[in-house]
Amino acid sequence: MQIASQLAVVCRDIHKTYVTGSTRTAALRGVELEVRAGELLMLVGPSGCGKTTLISVMAGILNQDQGDCRVFGENLLAMRATQRTRFRGQNVGFVFQAHNLLPALTARENAAVPLLILGVKRAEALRRAEHFLELVGIPEKAHVRPAQLSGGQQQRVAIARALVHSPRLIVCDEPTSALDHVTGQKVIELLRQVALDGERALVIVTHDQRIFPYANRIAAMDDGRIEHIAEQTPLAVSQSLARPLEP
Amino acid sequence: MNRIALQMLTGDRAKYAGIIMGIAFASLLITQQMSIFVGLMTRTFSTISDLGQAEIWVTDPKVQFIDDVKPLAETKLLRVRGVNGVEWAVPLYKGLLKARLPSGAFQTCNVMGLDDATLIGGPPEMVAGTIQDLRRAEGVIVDEVGARTRLAKPPARPGEPATPLTVGDTLELNDQRAVVVGICRVSRTFQSQPVIYTTYSRARRFAPRERKQLSFILAKAKPGVDPAELCARIEADTGLSAFQARDFQFKTVRYYLKYTGIPINFGMSVVLGFLVGTAIAGQTFYNFTLENLRQFGALKAMGASTWSILRMILLQALFVGLVGYGIGIGLAALFGRATRGTELAFRMLPQLLGITALAVVLICILASMLSILKVIRLEPAIVFKS
Repeated sequence: MQIASQLAVVCRDIHKTYVTGSTRTAALRGVELEVRAGELLMLVGPSGCGKTTLISVMAGILNQDQGDCRVFGENLLAMRATQRTRFRGQNVGFVFQAHNLLPALTARENAAVPLLILGVKRAEALRRAEHFLELVGIPEKAHVRPAQLSGGQQQRVAIARALVHSPRLIVCDEPTSALDHVTGQKVIELLRQVALDGERALVIVTHDQRIFPYANRIAAMDDGRIEHIAEQTPLAVSQSLARPLEP
Repeated sequence: MNRIALQMLTGDRAKYAGIIMGIAFASLLITQQMSIFVGLMTRTFSTISDLGQAEIWVTDPKVQFIDDVKPLAETKLLRVRGVNGVEWAVPLYKGLLKARLPSGAFQTCNVMGLDDATLIGGPPEMVAGTIQDLRRAEGVIVDEVGARTRLAKPPARPGEPATPLTVGDTLELNDQRAVVVGICRVSRTFQSQPVIYTTYSRARRFAPRERKQLSFILAKAKPGVDPAELCARIEADTGLSAFQARDFQFKTVRYYLKYTGIPINFGMSVVLGFLVGTAIAGQTFYNFTLENLRQFGALKAMGASTWSILRMILLQALFVGLVGYGIGIGLAALFGRATRGTELAFRMLPQLLGITALAVVLICILASMLSILKVIRLEPAIVFKS
């Protein structure tokens, strides 16, 4: 029980096959993986190896065909759709490769979206969103729309949005792939510094080898399976983070 | 979430304008065409509605509508007067007679011959002179629009506008002299001919000789007598048809609906407006949803239920529907105001606003249906697809 309480996600023998017409593509073929609370786990591997499918299953936005996936002890597959949606809203934060910010909303409003979905009053949601924008270093951009922000700044808004409702699991899909080296490094440092605490787990799917040193563990996937998991001491977050990213 | 939905909608100005334009166009076309249709239908029975004093119209049984005059024998008037419950019954002449104008041209006019004693059935509003002036020798009252247009005197000098017919002017009706003793204001008629009022006996003199010249009998029920029952009694006692004014109006409208192509022509315009509006609004709205599909997917992933996203789409549809409807109705009202007093028949009844609102609701439902289906099937995992 002690071990279970330290585990954020437990995947056992996860299988997922996509069917398009008569074509069947096995994306996951018996994945065994544990994600510990308080760690940054990176999922790496060639394109099409099943990384994105696996985090989709972990985040509860895709049902596996077979196997057991428990997030903080909860079996998502056993939940009703509405329960799963609610669980996701309360416990999972997302950082997408393409940011997926709503273009008509300001940075502050975008960051407040998860709270608004949970039914938090608008004024309170915006106040908390502003706090997180400050935390990610762009308080002055609160009233700016995404189109007027640089890629790095947009990703910072996305990080603020992923954190604003204090989720226990954050899943990130290629958060640095659209960013230049310096900005990408700062974003990953920011994620480590701001997102990780003793109870929160961070799972990042990435191809970007330059950010590998920031992970606690790196799980290498191939052909729908976890090939091996490497444990390491993560790189310390640099002090440069205190300064906001250049636009 | 409602606010987010509206911000998403208005954030894309071009699409927002496109959807609004589609719905506004549909509202305008539907309301305008229906208003013209109603205006035209109202004109078909304007003679009946202008004769407010007449509670009951007694006609030949074969009469199908107000302009379908089948004269009655004079004795029928006495028989109607003898029916129990009739307070009064008066004759009315209605016929098309040729008027010879001072210019020498001829103009067909709608001549109304009123009961000599009571002058019941006179014009609803006098502009010059009084109804009593009809008692003067050879007196006729001419409607204002007719006096200004088709019956107008030739201009004093070439190039100048025609001079309206005024009190004291003369014209010839069927080769007999008539003196204008008054100008009245009447509702426009379907055939748009000038309306001339005179007394019943004078109208008979103007009209070509016929064995029967009594067009209609106008009657009123005694106090406490049900007009519907009195109509039945008149029909039973005289063998004629008797209608309450409202029923005669409906009979006239029904005739035009059944035997003319008017409803089909206007109906097609209304349907076309509806289809074009639905197509424009639907396609633009669907494109808008498609472009925002990833955003909707992100909202779903972040915990928004399918129902709350459907509510967002319905709110967006309702909002563009309301704005488009308001613009369309406003434009239709402006059109009606701009064409007031012209030959164009335009009558925008409150009921038409309701019908257009229903059509717009239907357009919004149809327009958002495809989007709703798309969102229902939307997998939140779409957010991880590049």
